[in-house]
Amino acid sequence: MCLGIPGEIVEILPDHADLAKVDVSGVRRAINIGLLENERLQPGDWILIHVGFALSKIDEEEARAALDFLEGIGQAYDDELAALRESSIDRR
Amino acid sequence: MRFVDEYRDAEKARALSAKIASLCEPGRSYKFMEVCGGHTHTIYKHGLEDYLPESITLVHGPGCPVCVIPMGRVDDAIHIAEQPEVVMTSFGDMMRVPGGRGSFFDSMAQGAAIRMVYSPLDALKVARQNPDKHVVFMAIGFETTAPSTAMTVLRAAAEGIGNFSVFCNHVTVIPAIKAILDSPDLRLDGFIGPGHVSTIIGCRPYEFIARDYGKPLVVAGFEPLDILQSIYMLLVQLAEGRSEVENQYARVVPWAGNLKALRVISEVMELRPYFEWRGLGFISHSALKVREKYAAFDAEQIFEIPGSRVADPKACQCGEVLKGVLKPWECKVFGTACTPETPIGTCMVSSEGACAAYYNFGRFSRERVREATR
Repeated sequence: MCLGIPGEIVEILPDHADLAKVDVSGVRRAINIGLLENERLQPGDWILIHVGFALSKIDEEEARAALDFLEGIGQAYDDELAALRESSIDRR
Repeated sequence: MRFVDEYRDAEKARALSAKIASLCEPGRSYKFMEVCGGHTHTIYKHGLEDYLPESITLVHGPGCPVCVIPMGRVDDAIHIAEQPEVVMTSFGDMMRVPGGRGSFFDSMAQGAAIRMVYSPLDALKVARQNPDKHVVFMAIGFETTAPSTAMTVLRAAAEGIGNFSVFCNHVTVIPAIKAILDSPDLRLDGFIGPGHVSTIIGCRPYEFIARDYGKPLVVAGFEPLDILQSIYMLLVQLAEGRSEVENQYARVVPWAGNLKALRVISEVMELRPYFEWRGLGFISHSALKVREKYAAFDAEQIFEIPGSRVADPKACQCGEVLKGVLKPWECKVFGTACTPETPIGTCMVSSEGACAAYYNFGRFSRERVREATR
């Protein structure tokens, strides 16, 4: 559960405080970016995500390497993505 | 199963392995603790111990969030879940953690309303959608996870949501490391510091380990190469007679941590005087509770909490495993009475638990590597 997973910001959601649409291995969900308020995140930026929150901004090279690694660990990452699929923090 | 030869930069791994071996003084043995369960997972998954000289032992630490939850706390959470109109929510990892009266899954089977969520914000959404229920989020995790819970409480307060609270079980990593350093059972030569916890707390909180205990600590990433590199950095420090905090994972971990996250935690939460850790017992100032200011979102203020205390099953040696005194396979019930399907102890529940990681990957690696190199 301590897995940090990389995602690419697709869109900063205009109507929601602190939320961005993020692509994680093809799964697109809203992620809270409020902990990175000083980073001025933009679409195309990569972030490290944990339980629906962005913990740090990372560069693309690190993100790709981390994704390679996570896709290799199998079950734990599959479980994390399955949980993320169930998430919809932007809906009321 | 993937082995060390299959991951990227296998050449670099072999080179590091050789450099590590060359730094080991003949006749000296080294014990390094990897604090974080994510590291334990990588070590077993990739059979990293087979790439280290026999004089280096990796000791698995207490950094697995569900592993350190005492059974009584699970019982207390189930007690809350059984209250009328309550919906209990938590992460998937929490569902199979055994308490004295069974797990969340067992309790669901008996009719308690318990839901798995990906994020505390999803738990808040359940509260918005069910105004006639009270939704409790069973918050677990180290500093990696605490800011998410704190942010969710702030959001609930901003929206004026009156049917949401947190059963706070967040723990802090530094007191656990200190308890291990003060324990007479174990002599360690250095620490592989946690990666994602450090994105939040940064590297400074570890400085006392180097300064007061004279042990080096290297904050490490999660890939096999990261861990080998960190072991190499620890050995360099020992060879040069240094004990410092170094950051191998600087590409993700800022030295100062995430100041906003630390501010948010401290706005919403404060240290408890003490907290019980599974296997480690009561540790002072080692966990967080919701501040009085946010009492309306604190399940411990809203519900009568029994404060259950349950001794671990006699056969279970998770405590020794969590302190690094025993290796998983040295536990009497490992792989026989205790398996990931029917866990007796928490270390067998989470994929980050040392026992589950070893059960799933570790048992075969030494043989396989020998076969591969024949």
